[in-house]
Amino acid sequence: MAKKPDARPNVSKDELLKFYREMLLIRRFEEKAGQLYGMGLIGGFCHLYIGQEAVVVGLEAASKEGDKRVTSYRDHGHMLACGMDAKGVMAELTGRIGGYSKGKGGSMHMFSKEKHFYGGHGIVGAQVPLGAGLAFADKYLGNDNVTFTYFGDGAANQGQVYETYNMAELWDLPVVFVIENNQYAMGTSMKRATKSVTLFGRGEAYGIPGEQVDGMDVLAVKAAGEKAVAHCRAGKGPYILEMMTYRYRGHSMSDPAKYRTREEVEKIKTEKDCIEHVRDLLTQGGLASDEELKAIDKEIKAIVNDAAEFAKDSPEPPNAELWTDIYA
Amino acid sequence: MATEVLMPALSPTMEEGTLAKWLVKEGDTVKSGQIIAEIETDKATMEFEAVDEGTVGKILVAEGTAGVKVNTPIAVLVEEGESVSDAPAPAAVAVAASAAEVPATVAAAPSAPSPAPAPAEVRGWPHTDLPPGATKTMTVREALREAMAEEMRADPTVFLMGEEVGEYQGAYKISQGLLDEFGAKRVVDTPITEMGFAGIATGASWGGLKPIVEFMTFNFAMQAIDHIINSAAKTLYMSGGQMGSPMVFRGPNGAAARVGAQHSQDYAAWYAAIPGLRVCMPYTAADAKGLLKSAIRDPNPVVFLENEILYGRSFEVPVDGDFVVPFGKASILRPGTDVTVVSFGIGCSHAMAAAEDLAKEGISAEVINLRTLRPIDYDTVLASVMKTNRCVTVEEGFPVGSIGDHLASTIMQRAFDYLDAPVVTCTGKDVPMPYAANLEKFALITPAEVVTAVKSVCYR
Repeated sequence: MAKKPDARPNVSKDELLKFYREMLLIRRFEEKAGQLYGMGLIGGFCHLYIGQEAVVVGLEAASKEGDKRVTSYRDHGHMLACGMDAKGVMAELTGRIGGYSKGKGGSMHMFSKEKHFYGGHGIVGAQVPLGAGLAFADKYLGNDNVTFTYFGDGAANQGQVYETYNMAELWDLPVVFVIENNQYAMGTSMKRATKSVTLFGRGEAYGIPGEQVDGMDVLAVKAAGEKAVAHCRAGKGPYILEMMTYRYRGHSMSDPAKYRTREEVEKIKTEKDCIEHVRDLLTQGGLASDEELKAIDKEIKAIVNDAAEFAKDSPEPPNAELWTDIYA
Repeated sequence: MATEVLMPALSPTMEEGTLAKWLVKEGDTVKSGQIIAEIETDKATMEFEAVDEGTVGKILVAEGTAGVKVNTPIAVLVEEGESVSDAPAPAAVAVAASAAEVPATVAAAPSAPSPAPAPAEVRGWPHTDLPPGATKTMTVREALREAMAEEMRADPTVFLMGEEVGEYQGAYKISQGLLDEFGAKRVVDTPITEMGFAGIATGASWGGLKPIVEFMTFNFAMQAIDHIINSAAKTLYMSGGQMGSPMVFRGPNGAAARVGAQHSQDYAAWYAAIPGLRVCMPYTAADAKGLLKSAIRDPNPVVFLENEILYGRSFEVPVDGDFVVPFGKASILRPGTDVTVVSFGIGCSHAMAAAEDLAKEGISAEVINLRTLRPIDYDTVLASVMKTNRCVTVEEGFPVGSIGDHLASTIMQRAFDYLDAPVVTCTGKDVPMPYAANLEKFALITPAEVVTAVKSVCYR
């Protein structure tokens, strides 16, 4: 049973359709990535974002040109949401020359200077000081850009997160710390890892304001994002958003997810799914017809299929690439 | 009984200091714990407290006197009713004896390598210690400071970050005066959180800045090594060339004096193993200045390994403000014909002292200062070994997986037929650094060990 949508008088049809399209692109892209992984076309680690789409789509809606983002290894959704090309992302997953890192980075290590996406980091928590450093540069250079620094509930227990909180608040850095609390650090549920009731509350010790947000509701995410960004742009320092979200798939492709019940996953999927939520807002509010939405579904499917074809057809990097990009 | 007040050692590496100010005068009564003088060390100006009680009978060293050796009597305290004449005469020997007791650090001060006859094939700059042209004398410390100041004046995106770099004026005074000139925006004091600020600096390098990260010592950089290697060194490659990390990680590396196992490690071989990093290890002040300027300008992450004992040593440095030392160019500190001695950083001072001793025994050693460990100037080393047919390497680090091991294998693979003896590697001992003075001396590489190694490869 889908949750009954709230009245949202201030949301336009166009914006809802945009959210629907962007979240659907991530979901279909990730499903395709899972499929290609199963076919052996994608190797190594591959962490899918399915279920968490509202977080990045809602926050991107609160950003402006020039804002930066950095995240962990579960990064495909962030890249698509900030406008990176699905073909380039998928070709990186297949390790081909057409990928964003010419096939040398892989799923966990992708970057786009053009889209201000600074990775894609494989070491849990490392992206947190890196994100604060991007914000340090913006403050030093005197612009009003904000850096979205994403990390999970698992990374939230790393020491360097708190070293960063301390300095970010000390120096009033324009950084939004986005904790994507999908409730499992790989296979360890939050309550088996900490006695803290909330994660955003840990910022209080450093003087950083924050709040918990329904990360399955793209509108709530956007609203919270706007508030956080306004705080940063006003020169008041960092802000913490704890996004309560859920990943439907395992930690990575090789995770059977035995640490939680099938019922738990199904309940979230049926009651809280972020894409169904927007679909309901559109259809039950009479804003969009099934035909309109089906046309979008088809359009997204074509983009993802094109990306998959590109990722299969793009050649492997030539051997000479082994020796390039080590030094600038 | 009158008591002598001796010049104190106020830091692990202090050999001498300046008696900046007396806070008491002759005839004053002092209590134990009372501050009686201000003494300027190589790192800071320190207050000096009286240990004994008494009356200041005589001040032996006037305020403003520089270069007062540790343990030199600087004043005499007398008890009530005594006169200064009761005190033992402040013997001049005290000065000499104290200097002799200071560990190896002064034993081999090769600030001016003795001029050796230059063989015909000596190559010019940058394979010489200095380029042609006017020079001035300065310490390694001053050279590092001047390099940073000049580059910060030239490029507003260069900034310095680290523990005590600003208001404290640098734990080792390297950054002294920089806060005054450049302000708190560009000379950033951090909390004691190496991992956090190394990560922030790396992120800042991606955001358009050129950070210089000062680690109080590279021993503390172990807390931050994930960012040095995983974040800074690998990102250019992982991003397919889109974004690199133009930054410098610098600070003292290796043993200082009597600071024990956790503060005495030489990380040269560790960092030299990492593709994506540049690694510099200067010996002279000219190396320090020229390499640091190159490092700040380089678009890659540079690990810059300094040495606390070398900070206070003086060398000639070119006066030319555009002077830089390019990476990957070893200098020949002393030309020779019988054996090649390859070293870097403070190891060069042991190598030079050994070469001096060997010359007295008729063995002519060519001493090569690598200057950078990534890239390594293999060509200069191989050309020398092909000429001398013998090689000894000298470094302070642990023996397993040392720079010497790497050079030995390279020489074996590329110049095997030229070798008349196996390459011998002189390193620190395979033990954590002990505290006891005698054991520490034993753990470190010495000129005498280099002499023995050279004789063994010369079959003498």
